[in-house]
Amino acid sequence: MKKLSLLIVFVLGITAVHGQDFLKKSKVSGSFQMDGNYYWEDKGIGITKEDINGEEFGAYGFGKLQYELGNFSAGFRFEAYQTTPMSGFDSRVKGMGIANYFATYDNGTIGVTVGDIYDQFGNGLVFRTYEEWTLGFDNSLRGIRAIYRPWNGVTLKGVYGKQRYYWAGYGEDVPTSEERGLVRGVDGEWDLNSSIASLNNSKFRATLGASFVSKYEPDTKLTVGEEQLIMPQNVASYAGRMNLGYGRFSFSTEYARKINDPSTFNNYIYNDGQELLASLAYSQKGLGMVLQVKRVDNMSFKSKRLATQNDLDLGFIPPLNYTHTHSLPSMFSYATQPLGEMGIQFQVNYTIPKKTALGGKYGTKLAFNYSQVNDIKRDSINVNGVNMLNQPGTKGYTSPFFAVSDHMFYRDLNFEIEKKISAKWHLTLMYINLYYDMETIENHPGAEAVKADFAFGEVIYKINRNNSIRLELQHMWDNVGPNETIEEGHEAYYTKRGNWFAFLLEYTIAPKWFVSVADKYNYGNPIADNRDHYVTGSFGYIKDQTRIAISGGRQSEGLVCVGGVCRTVPASSGLSLTITTSF
Amino acid sequence: MKKLFAFLLFGFMFFGLSAQNKSDLPNITLKNLDGESVNIAELNNDGKPFVMTFWATWCGPCVKEHNALSDVYDDWVEETGVKIFSVSIDDARSTAKIKPFVDGKGWPFEILLDVNKDLARAMNVSNPPHTFLFNGEGKIVWQHTGYLDGGEEDLYQEILKISK
Repeated sequence: MKKLSLLIVFVLGITAVHGQDFLKKSKVSGSFQMDGNYYWEDKGIGITKEDINGEEFGAYGFGKLQYELGNFSAGFRFEAYQTTPMSGFDSRVKGMGIANYFATYDNGTIGVTVGDIYDQFGNGLVFRTYEEWTLGFDNSLRGIRAIYRPWNGVTLKGVYGKQRYYWAGYGEDVPTSEERGLVRGVDGEWDLNSSIASLNNSKFRATLGASFVSKYEPDTKLTVGEEQLIMPQNVASYAGRMNLGYGRFSFSTEYARKINDPSTFNNYIYNDGQELLASLAYSQKGLGMVLQVKRVDNMSFKSKRLATQNDLDLGFIPPLNYTHTHSLPSMFSYATQPLGEMGIQFQVNYTIPKKTALGGKYGTKLAFNYSQVNDIKRDSINVNGVNMLNQPGTKGYTSPFFAVSDHMFYRDLNFEIEKKISAKWHLTLMYINLYYDMETIENHPGAEAVKADFAFGEVIYKINRNNSIRLELQHMWDNVGPNETIEEGHEAYYTKRGNWFAFLLEYTIAPKWFVSVADKYNYGNPIADNRDHYVTGSFGYIKDQTRIAISGGRQSEGLVCVGGVCRTVPASSGLSLTITTSF
Repeated sequence: MKKLFAFLLFGFMFFGLSAQNKSDLPNITLKNLDGESVNIAELNNDGKPFVMTFWATWCGPCVKEHNALSDVYDDWVEETGVKIFSVSIDDARSTAKIKPFVDGKGWPFEILLDVNKDLARAMNVSNPPHTFLFNGEGKIVWQHTGYLDGGEEDLYQEILKISK
């Protein structure tokens, strides 16, 4: 805090000296978003007064203001989350105040930021702080960051601080439940092409990087079950990466390792964590292909060993699967499994050129994607003559690096054709085949996996320059039929099972107005009571950078996922209003 | 302390709003698809207008907007000399995929990678797509959030207004 006051005094000093100049060089900007919800009882989808619990209104908003003067910038964000049981946010998100503030000075060679920092090292495997408003997720680091760029192409970075933990204070006097560790990290990156003159215009491109991150928590003893375990005070992690390119080919990889880090999340096992990520890509105009693989083993890395869910994540595990945005497949989004997964993805994008038989006047865009994620293989270990698997206080298991478990978490094969047929008509078709291990992804012990096919079609008809109609049709064929026998106690696993049909009809007047009506109908649900329509209507207005949207109707239960991090949203019925703007 | 900080910023705001001659391009460095660093403050189009548009591979309307812009881009460049800088806010999961994705779609824009959303934050972009039109001096003359079919025409009208 003292540092911050000093900085402000310093800036005021500069201001006084430069006087008139200051007025000309400064810039103020900001943004604002407000989401309001009103929920009502809807017995049709099982929403009772008790579920709403008297909290019909939910409101979430932020206002951000920032100031720039030459190399100096500063800003803050005020947040208010009035969560309700229906909103699906973690109840700890509730609160209001200045959640984030920062001041930065950066002259191109040296940069210093104090306050709340968002940054990442490499792909973020050992350090990534970011914010996702829709998830109520923010793991920013409050502290200091220094950046030094000694030569062209070389960047050195250091960070030090404590992560945001909902609305917990940052001092020494926070309650034990809100304590979390100190985080220290350094990162270096070297772009060879920028720093070596002879490589400046070379077809060969290379960037190398390395990072080291450590967290410190003072307590060392923890009782788990009947055993007292000694916890490491410092947990170090490190990663190395390289990006290579030659002409149309590129290869990038990052490997990270973390030393023993027993935590609630990994059931207090002491083995090291490791993660490998690699991508090989080829691209030329009209054709792009990429193959990616990864292996994650015990890589949940948090600045508090007792943290659960997505709390206080320090490392980020990039999911490799395709992100579905259509309403039916997006009900089955994959959530990353930090304790262990092996994934592969292959994607091709190809445009059939214009003015060919198949390409037509405008060309035809094709996309193919295959991704699969399995568990890693774990073998039991021998502790004092007893074979054990994943027992607290032990190294947990051994896992051969290249062995894949038969247990599949997720598989997705999809194919998309997109075609502008004429100046008036535009068509998109998509087929998806999905395997979704509900037991693991949604933590429903004993739930049957989803094996489903989806078809999606979209037609846009442009009436004239500004007016368009868009019709979207979707169908999902689930392996669970309407006559499925349901085990007692498993009813909750079937809220979105069985066949679905969905449509959306939208009318837009560019660039300002849009109105739409949509329905999702779970007609094939094995539980007759669940065969519900989810009808929604939306209306919106956009003027420049301001957007106002109102929607009303039923929301089905689902996962809202951004970058593999998900939030469960319960089914609800009501009205919502969203306003965003910036200046 | 926080209050003081907020108060000072509000103070700055009034000064700031009273006279803004600075270019609207923040002092932030991003990478392009070849891994080269690009300083945003130095972006320009030789005194001609340019467009900066924020998108992500997972954002349907963004991809639609890019496809639409891609269809008309050659004509626009010929008529007005405009240039489009396209800023991807995809996170690390997609960094390796962007080049094949963009090439596969045949988009002709200069792509910048805002993996950490530094530029999106500095430009106050909350949700993509968000499109800015800059004049030759780097001042924002028009911006728009969201994309509705045909919306590129309105952008073009704005470009025509400021190109000589």
